[in-house]
Amino acid sequence: MGATITEKILAVHCGRERVRPGELINCEIDTIMCHDVTTTPAIDMLEKNAIPKVFDPARVVVMPDHFIPNKDIKSAEMVARIRCWAKSQGITNFYDVGRHGVCHALLPEQGYVTPGKTIVCGDSHTCTHGALGAFSTGIGSTDLAATLATGKLWFKVPESMLFVISGKLPAGVYAKDLILKIIGLIGVDGALYRAMEFCGEVIDELSVESRMTICNMAIEAGGKSGIINPDAKTLEYVKTRSDESFTVYRSDSDAGYCRTVEVDASGLEPVVALPHLPGNVKFVREVKAIPVDQAYLGSCTNGRIEDLRVAAQILKNQTIAAGTRMIVVPATTEIWKQANREGLFDIFMSAGATVSTPTCGACLGGYMGILAAGERCISSTNRNFVGRMGSPKSEVYLASPATVAASAITGKITDPRQYL
Amino acid sequence: MEGNAHVYQKDHINTDEIIPARYLNSDQEAELAMHAMEDLDVNFIKKVKAGDFIISGDDFGCGSSREHAVWALRGAGIRAVIANSFARIFFRNCINNGFLAIECQDAVQKINNGDRLKIDLATGKIINLTRQRTCQFSPLPVFAREIIDAGGLIEKIKKELG
Repeated sequence: MGATITEKILAVHCGRERVRPGELINCEIDTIMCHDVTTTPAIDMLEKNAIPKVFDPARVVVMPDHFIPNKDIKSAEMVARIRCWAKSQGITNFYDVGRHGVCHALLPEQGYVTPGKTIVCGDSHTCTHGALGAFSTGIGSTDLAATLATGKLWFKVPESMLFVISGKLPAGVYAKDLILKIIGLIGVDGALYRAMEFCGEVIDELSVESRMTICNMAIEAGGKSGIINPDAKTLEYVKTRSDESFTVYRSDSDAGYCRTVEVDASGLEPVVALPHLPGNVKFVREVKAIPVDQAYLGSCTNGRIEDLRVAAQILKNQTIAAGTRMIVVPATTEIWKQANREGLFDIFMSAGATVSTPTCGACLGGYMGILAAGERCISSTNRNFVGRMGSPKSEVYLASPATVAASAITGKITDPRQYL
Repeated sequence: MEGNAHVYQKDHINTDEIIPARYLNSDQEAELAMHAMEDLDVNFIKKVKAGDFIISGDDFGCGSSREHAVWALRGAGIRAVIANSFARIFFRNCINNGFLAIECQDAVQKINNGDRLKIDLATGKIINLTRQRTCQFSPLPVFAREIIDAGGLIEKIKKELG
């Protein structure tokens, strides 16, 4: 039996011919990404245990993003500490305010993600980077400290689960609708501990950015990672951003999967995940015009340039409904500049939306768009848990950027296809 | 190991519920503990005594990778979480901290809120002292025991680094 792309990458990184699901391995990590929330505890652990130096500063990338620009004194102290630590460790890959962005959008954009790499970060949405054919997974602060100290981390080789997406996405239906539909289908623990590998003609057709949206939400089905075999689009994306050499791994045609799920995308429609689970998925037409107080466009899931373009196309010459506020948060500084050059901000602001600097901000209930008790938000983000964006008595509905934009116009959850 | 059971019959209790992100500008265990489980049960911290257990359903600890969730529960006095199943990153975080995450379907059915429990790690038994019932749980994998026995992952790698 052949091997999956995940098994091939893991085997190479633990110096073995091949690995099989269930085996425990100690794996070389190529890139360690650090953000503001989970890194300070890791620094504490290293210092308390008299581990003075990170294994290899060149493999570490620091991208504070959650409460950036500093939300309050405590978060300011946190980032000040990380800044000081990075300097003392000789870590030069540091993306401070002015070059900042949501780490999972910034890391691939800045060329740190190449096919075949192993990547970890103290953040659950690290699965995003599998979109470029890397093995990438989220960890906690202790794992982060261990990896910073040794350059290695233990893993149980995951079983792989194959998602074959056939057909063609209809107009007005996007990668976000597809991944929400998949999570609805298998449940929020439907891929627990597994690598979710996506393939099929729909995935081939998707842009690299849309593939990131797909892999980003693997964790919302419990997945250890999301991954897509690299193709010409992947290589083109990577080559314009990185001059690192890399090896492309692809799954063998006779690789073993614990389960194969087939989805025909041709029958898909815009969907929305109702509170309070990402798997609570309905077609937009099935929910009855639910009023929204806020429409939020941003995050590591859907804050990239193509997301802003789709929303701008819908919002052009439109006005946001009275009583609804719309917040646009480009995911990185480069995306912000690009959107500005393309005139997208004029469209957003003429419609009555506001545009902020890149930040994770309100996606996780940090700041810059927190919800009050009883408020409802339609959001292009990834989680609609209780209290995720503010008050435990608020509600979050997850949808594509197009659905977020259309809903902002009407002030209630709206199928975007009428605006295309 | 003996304490009272706090039963949350729900599945998919996520780390935003265990410790909301609005408190993540701190990583101090005592401070996090004040807000443990707050969005799910505002009285949690008042009810819990040192050495108590949380009993829950499927996929406990799903969502964000924040290790603060483990620290908040430990800071609140929780000695172990017993659940049908655990989300992957939360489970890793528990092992890495030497905090007990016990997978046991039986327990969830056999334990009621407030029951007095005794856990015997050596024999893999949860003894419900209130109801005079015993359930067996699968022992932790060997690698997890090694990390826990070493006093956590950092202690283990410290030894390896010499």
